Amino acid sequence: MKQAAFEQLHGPTWKSLEALLQILEQGQVPDPAEQRQFTSLFRKVCHFHALAKDRHYSSFLVDHLDDLVVRAHQQLYRRKHPVLYPLLQFIVRDFPARVRAERQAVLWSTLLFVGPLLVFWLGVIASPELVYTVLSPLNAANMESMYNPENRVLGAARDADTNWGMFGFYIYNNISVAFRTFASGLLLGLGSGFFLVYNGALIGAVSGHLTNVGFTTPFFTFVIGHGSFELTAIVLAGAAGLKIGYALLVPGQLTRLQALQQSAQGAIELVYGVILMLLIAAFIEAFWSSNNLFAPWQKYTVGALLWALVLGYLFSSGRRWESGR
Amino acid sequence: MDPSAIIDTRLTLETPEGTDLSLHPAGFWIRCLAYAVDWAVRFAVMFALWFVTLSLYSGMAGAVFLIGLFVLEWFYPVYFEVWRNGQTIGKKIMKIKVINDDGTPVGFAAALIRNLLRVVDLLPACYAAGVITSLCNRRFKRIGDLAAGTLVVYTNPVRPPPALEAVGSRPVPEGLSTDEQRFLLAFAQRGQTMSMARQAELAEILKDLVTPGGSAAGGPAAGDPAAGDPAAGDPVVAIKQMANTIVGRRAPAGSR
Repeated sequence: MKQAAFEQLHGPTWKSLEALLQILEQGQVPDPAEQRQFTSLFRKVCHFHALAKDRHYSSFLVDHLDDLVVRAHQQLYRRKHPVLYPLLQFIVRDFPARVRAERQAVLWSTLLFVGPLLVFWLGVIASPELVYTVLSPLNAANMESMYNPENRVLGAARDADTNWGMFGFYIYNNISVAFRTFASGLLLGLGSGFFLVYNGALIGAVSGHLTNVGFTTPFFTFVIGHGSFELTAIVLAGAAGLKIGYALLVPGQLTRLQALQQSAQGAIELVYGVILMLLIAAFIEAFWSSNNLFAPWQKYTVGALLWALVLGYLFSSGRRWESGR
Repeated sequence: MDPSAIIDTRLTLETPEGTDLSLHPAGFWIRCLAYAVDWAVRFAVMFALWFVTLSLYSGMAGAVFLIGLFVLEWFYPVYFEVWRNGQTIGKKIMKIKVINDDGTPVGFAAALIRNLLRVVDLLPACYAAGVITSLCNRRFKRIGDLAAGTLVVYTNPVRPPPALEAVGSRPVPEGLSTDEQRFLLAFAQRGQTMSMARQAELAEILKDLVTPGGSAAGGPAAGDPAAGDPAAGDPVVAIKQMANTIVGRRAPAGSR
């Protein structure tokens, strides 16, 4: 068949696809009868495209059909992005299941974080000058004044406006830190490992230092509440990073690229969870941890409950569906 | 296998419908420009936000500013890539977009992965890791693209502007493949940017193919204004005439 005859015979088909595409690409909804024709038109145009190419029709025609096929492909394989139901499903079932599935990475990450934390905590208690290996004297002094009981008005809450300001800061700072901890795991896990060890050592040193100075009550009543969500989230972000780093290092039967892509799919689920946990942590830290209206025993009780909640949730939520699989 | 694999960056992808999509991966430079535009947009929004929140001077406003900063820094590209057709503002202006490796629109997970791993692409400075990685693979993928399984392509393949030089038209030789036709077209399109001598030099290579017998033996179509043109034996003119045929100037009667 000559090209001119081909164009005359089938031109109307791709013209109607083109018209339909223009409507769809502008985000409008075509009328239902036309919409139903879309797939059949698309299949036909795919066929014409293949024919035109095979018959060596002019490249201009082929390129035109090419463009239509690419655009229609984008429309046909468009996904909807519903938010609410998948989010609930993720919180109740998928996230804890993912954490349990990655238990190896999570254990290593915990070790890399809690290990230095304990070492520095005990180390600083044993020899107080050790604190200056990770903390400058100025920072150490700042920490002291922050948690000095004399600087606090007992029985008074920080005013709500400052709380909001701190809420914003915690979100900006903590989630960015978590993202970097995750992403730098791509450097064969070294980046995540570094952030875990460094943060662990820092927190351990501060805890040890404040224990030495005797400010334990203001410090621990402050951190115990949000620590449940925040520290766990940092460990999970590290675990996600270690996971992609490990996939690159030991790809197994896959190519390194495939291994990386596969592990990134799993790791990003951990990151979703980390974002949610850090949002909660920021909220607790800004509005509950800073509140001095409550007695220490009340804060310790709530803190312990929050820890139990986080760990219990990660260990057991969604198991019902998991065993069925 | 096919010559286009060597000559340009066109990438073909077989679809479930049994035909090939052609995609044109976008290179480092155009993405740089798009990034610069995005950066300017973000900076402007950030500055406006800073200005407004600063004037309010309260903790709440500070929170809005910091959360805004956080969202702009990490989720600006994610939002546009997922919900705005794979295009941030900069990408839209530069006519490029992000898609999955299989040609489908990107989802949230892929968009988040490629934008979080930007942290590694940035290393050690000025996107050096990303640039080097993108120059080391045929699809110009940076590290984030590799991990997420995405690539950046031109939205519109470069279409020949129908206005080529008016030199008449002439049938294309039998059996030229689609790609070979594209090369003739590309020559005609880029003709304006080259000196006549350079054009003649390049066209000379194809002399035997485009003007068999030296003179007008290939034969401009009857009734064509170029029929009596003494330059009909010139390969440059011959190629331009064929280009006109390819873009469809051949038979205005047929298309109307």
